Amino acid sequence: MNAPVFVAGTGIISAIGNSVAECLAALENERAGMGQMQNLKSAHSQRLPVAEVKLNNEELAQLTGLPKIKSRTALLSLVAAKEALANAGIENIKDLRTGFISATSVGGMDKTENFFTEFLKDNSKGKLRDVVDHECGSVTELVADALGIKDYITTISTACSSSANAIFLGARLIKNDIVDVVVAGGTDSLTRFTLNGFNTLMIVDEQFCQPFDENRRGLNLGEGAGYVVLVSEKTAATLKNKPNIVLSGYCNANDAYHQTASSPDGIGSYLAMSGALKKAGLQPSDIDYINLHGTGTQNNDIAEGTAIKRLFEPHYPKMSSTKTYTGHTLGACGGIEAAFSILALQHGEIFPNLRLQTPMVELPFVPERKLEKNVEVKHVLSNSFGFGGNCSSLIFSKVEN
Amino acid sequence: MYIRATGNISPQKTFGHQPLVDAVAYTGNRLACIEPDYKEFIDPKLIRRMSRIIRMGVAAAMECLQEADIKVPDAIVTGTAYGCLEDTNSFLSKMVEFNEELLTPTAFIQSTHNTIGAQIGLMLQCNNYNNAFVHRGFSFESALLDGILLLKENDASNVLVGAIDEITNTSHTIINRLGLYKQGEVSNLDVYKTKTKGTIAGEGAAFFLLAAEPSATNYAKLDGLHTFYKPDNIAEVEKQIVSFLNRHSVSMNDIDLIFTGKNGDAVSDKIYDDLAETVFENKETVNYKHLCGEYPTAASFAMWLAAISIKTGQLPAIFDSASNKKINKVLIYNHYLSIHHSLTLLSAC
Amino acid sequence: MLDLKEQIIAQLNLQDIKPEDIGDDQPLFVEGLGLDSIDALELIVLLQQQYKIKLSNAEDGPKVFKTVRTMAEYITAHQAQNV
Repeated sequence: MNAPVFVAGTGIISAIGNSVAECLAALENERAGMGQMQNLKSAHSQRLPVAEVKLNNEELAQLTGLPKIKSRTALLSLVAAKEALANAGIENIKDLRTGFISATSVGGMDKTENFFTEFLKDNSKGKLRDVVDHECGSVTELVADALGIKDYITTISTACSSSANAIFLGARLIKNDIVDVVVAGGTDSLTRFTLNGFNTLMIVDEQFCQPFDENRRGLNLGEGAGYVVLVSEKTAATLKNKPNIVLSGYCNANDAYHQTASSPDGIGSYLAMSGALKKAGLQPSDIDYINLHGTGTQNNDIAEGTAIKRLFEPHYPKMSSTKTYTGHTLGACGGIEAAFSILALQHGEIFPNLRLQTPMVELPFVPERKLEKNVEVKHVLSNSFGFGGNCSSLIFSKVEN
Repeated sequence: MYIRATGNISPQKTFGHQPLVDAVAYTGNRLACIEPDYKEFIDPKLIRRMSRIIRMGVAAAMECLQEADIKVPDAIVTGTAYGCLEDTNSFLSKMVEFNEELLTPTAFIQSTHNTIGAQIGLMLQCNNYNNAFVHRGFSFESALLDGILLLKENDASNVLVGAIDEITNTSHTIINRLGLYKQGEVSNLDVYKTKTKGTIAGEGAAFFLLAAEPSATNYAKLDGLHTFYKPDNIAEVEKQIVSFLNRHSVSMNDIDLIFTGKNGDAVSDKIYDDLAETVFENKETVNYKHLCGEYPTAASFAMWLAAISIKTGQLPAIFDSASNKKINKVLIYNHYLSIHHSLTLLSAC
Repeated sequence: MLDLKEQIIAQLNLQDIKPEDIGDDQPLFVEGLGLDSIDALELIVLLQQQYKIKLSNAEDGPKVFKTVRTMAEYITAHQAQNV
């Protein structure tokens, strides 16, 4: 049960690119993905910037082969999951036990919203095809079926930590010899439901978000999907390009403080990070980079920052919130940011925390403001925290072949 | 591993650990949970924000923990296919009606799929592992597998696992339009006699305390769990059942009782009818969905029935079973919409 | 203030609490009625819906929603402004 779990491939679609390569170029060139709404139709379109994927549903449908009437959440998911599998280059996938663990916060809600407009006027109206894939699991199955994966399929929804938990479970399924290969991560499309939900909480920034800034005002919502392909040691040995990155640590803890807000001392975040270190057998000083949850809300950043201070003082790793590029992609962020963390390991780069002007006065450290290249990066910690106090941390490590 | 305690709110009188004697009859295609007085289980300050499904889930979890005499479990794992539908419906309806203005946060906050597990964690001040599975007819089984793995990995010595799903007026209307429910006169007690298309809607909240170590109050041993997705044909279903038993070194002769997930729908019940002539031939099979209705996490109700049957050695009186043979080993086979199939094996401690 | 208390009870679904149970000067949050930050957001919408008053800065919340009396005073002052 202590055999390593290798990362064989990654796939991403987000506001900064439709593939891993496009996302990497945007990260290196400090190109953020926020802007005025183009695809989502909302009453708030003039006021609230969002980080949309730059393809419409028809284009996504063409790219994936799914019908364009399907939920955008499924379309995004399939783009990234396909890329991850292709990237892994596993030739004999049919001979292996393969799993698909996806995560999403609202599943096919983008279609349900359309359905409800008609349905509320007359409950015999509304196109049923718009509501059949409402369930989170339906979105996962559309993608699993398109990928031809059926050995183990499930869906996790723990708000903004969802896809970190999906990757976590994927690794455990491999360690327990239930599957050989697992595609794990998450997806979410922008919906009016979530945009309005976060808006009622008064934590949506009307400008581009500024995580870990003293004058931060809130988050920008984003959309996208991110997956990793995890393989067992045995499977890794059969691959042409033998993977050299492992998922070395993970932990899931709960803040148990408030339904939406983090505790002032970030106890859940602290437990998740320290638990992941323990699982990986690492010391805080071993971590070279933290991909922060860093949403840009007053509450998250001070709680996360306080927990980091408690755990890492006085030697702080480099850190940044890549939500400054992608916005907060909710059920997808753990998957997208896991893939970014892997890019940091592969390329020896630290991506900057954009728009950071005034560091938070309460914190003794400052996230990176400029791209750093040629950095020795061996261990990366990726944080994903969510509503309901759900806190999960993952650690990816580079190993010698 | 062991099932140490349970808590179950269902359309039957299952809450409060009373013997299950008389079946509650329903006319029409919708069964509704019999809800307890929540004040004993939930702080009134918290209850005011909770919709029905959250109350049911939290109360069933609390009853389970009380029975296990555990204040803070090592992990909390929930499964729900639909999540908190009433809150989702409420926020969505107002959003459409008021054109995205004048919305309040409570329904949105409570609509997330991890709400029930999170509320339980919050009430218990439990900082431990907390996860939520939302995969249609696999939601409960996924949560159960997560719990089993946590115990195997020695990352927990006890895990609270539960499944919760509700029917709301809206979901009932929509699923009815999708053609899943029976039309016209129907009683739950006669649902298997109808031989027509469709089933009856159900709901429930069932929680289990899984423990690595035995204790005097255990219900049953949880020996195995297996799920399979979209089998090609009945032969594959049979193959899966046989190889599942083989993996656990159990022969069909060892099984005293099989709970099968028949729901009265002539089309999807054919799988069970076919199995009755092959792998389940001459075995005592018991149906349970006349009691709880059909819903994606209904297998949790079957696991509760299996647990109490093993604990007493007999089927509850509600089944009018003629057999006096002691029940030691139980297999549960359930499928949801012929897509999600699950096998669970339990035995006496 | 009785109307306001009834509106608060309805908006926050305060079960088993009657208007007379809430003192005019009783703190609404934490040690008093036990309300929290989500309730504050609900009260902001209440002001908008019932009194057409928009509290644009959430940080004013604690001051305005300290007690029923401070809320009533805020409403009176801002309704006068609107006229």
